Amino acid sequence: MMSSVPAVEVAGLRVVRGGKTVLRDLSFEAPRGSVLGLVGPSGCGKTTLMRCLVGVQIVQAGTVRVLGEPAGSRGLRRRVGYSTQIPAVYADLSVRENMRYFGAVLGAPRTDADRVIEEVGLGGSRDQVVGTLSGGQLNRANLAAALLGDPELLVLDEPTVGLDPVLREELWALFRELSGRGTTLVVSSHVMDEAGRTDRLLLMREGEILADATPRELTERTGAADLDAAFLHLIHERAESPA
Amino acid sequence: MSSGMSPVLSPAITVATTRRILAQLRHDHRTLGLLIGVPSVLMILLRYVFDEPALFDRIGPMLLGLFPFIIMFVVTSVGTLRERTGGTLERLMTTPTGKLDFLLGYALAFGLLSLAQVGVVLVISLSWLGLDLQGSVWSLVLVAVLDALLGMATGLFASAFARTEFQAVQFMPAFVLPQVLLCGLLIPRDSMATWLRVISDVLPLSYAVDAMQRVSREPSFSGALLRDVLVIAAFTLGSLALGAATLRRRTG
Repeated sequence: MMSSVPAVEVAGLRVVRGGKTVLRDLSFEAPRGSVLGLVGPSGCGKTTLMRCLVGVQIVQAGTVRVLGEPAGSRGLRRRVGYSTQIPAVYADLSVRENMRYFGAVLGAPRTDADRVIEEVGLGGSRDQVVGTLSGGQLNRANLAAALLGDPELLVLDEPTVGLDPVLREELWALFRELSGRGTTLVVSSHVMDEAGRTDRLLLMREGEILADATPRELTERTGAADLDAAFLHLIHERAESPA
Repeated sequence: MSSGMSPVLSPAITVATTRRILAQLRHDHRTLGLLIGVPSVLMILLRYVFDEPALFDRIGPMLLGLFPFIIMFVVTSVGTLRERTGGTLERLMTTPTGKLDFLLGYALAFGLLSLAQVGVVLVISLSWLGLDLQGSVWSLVLVAVLDALLGMATGLFASAFARTEFQAVQFMPAFVLPQVLLCGLLIPRDSMATWLRVISDVLPLSYAVDAMQRVSREPSFSGALLRDVLVIAAFTLGSLALGAATLRRRTG
């Protein structure tokens, strides 16, 4: 059965950008239908790692396999949805025109545009030109484009940044629902309380994985009260015993 | 190997891209108005500034070839730069969109747009301004649309070398004005110094202006006109190929 293949398999991944090593020999896996969180300070390599998963990043070493195929291969382009941190939608088109276009490009059914607009709660502004949306609405339009065509893997870079707690709650409910339907999600965040909602967490710092565990394992292993404290604990631990 | 994708064409994606670009223009009334209106206004000015029908008959057609080239160059270089810097190109590169779909989507959209642009300025020139054309209107439309596509293709390629919209706009004088000086509009190319003549021989705009001069003077579609048309088409395809090389699925 296909689902026995992990949704994401990364082994020995190294990326160098502008002479600086941004990812240092990363290895991890994500099973199908799971929600994997990427957490770490700004500049730790989360976005670069996500670019590797969708196959737009030049890679120096290692392998990245997605849904059983090399990342970025042609067969994956309808099966992987990607939303960048900086919204990549057309500011001079309405929300619906954007979704119609990206949907057509993906070969998604025409009804998909309205479905994803509802899913991210933009039904009231579907005919609004994207350039006139608020920051939070813009983020959701960007997210909606990634949901088109029901991809099997969703790679979402900071999808909830700039959203109020209610909307954030709604989006996480959507993510859990998608995962319940078998979609695999890789979600980055720098908000630790969001990290607690994932099935598995990669704590990243300076291009390395500090920890790869469930949120509960992390707090239990470190004896910390919350994930923030657990993260700090791991950083100190590493500083004391350089590998 | 990893970035080795063959440029496959999907008509559905190409047409969707064309429709998207036209929809963007539809939302931007001011740009649309400028695109259609400016060439006509300039043509009217030219007619009355010279106020000499014979001179207008000589220069008018050359400008009919020049306007679409310059305007499409600017619009495309800024437009595709936005796609590169705004992340939409990268999003498209994660979808089944091929490079050819993207390029032809632009070519089709701006080809249609230039048809409207040339149509309006041509109707005004032939009726109101009394432009006297020896060749057929259709050869003029053909050459003008080809010029527009040439401007589009070189603009698309040029956008790869700009980091900001400020730089992209500066490419217009850098890429285009030397060609305007050397294309035979101001001084016939035959009377230029040899080294200037040689340079003008390898610049595409020289052939665009030459073709327009033939359309205005020669009643039939001559072999020389055909040669000009083929040279313009070849430059266009060459620029598109170079432009395709600057569209990368994977970047550092």
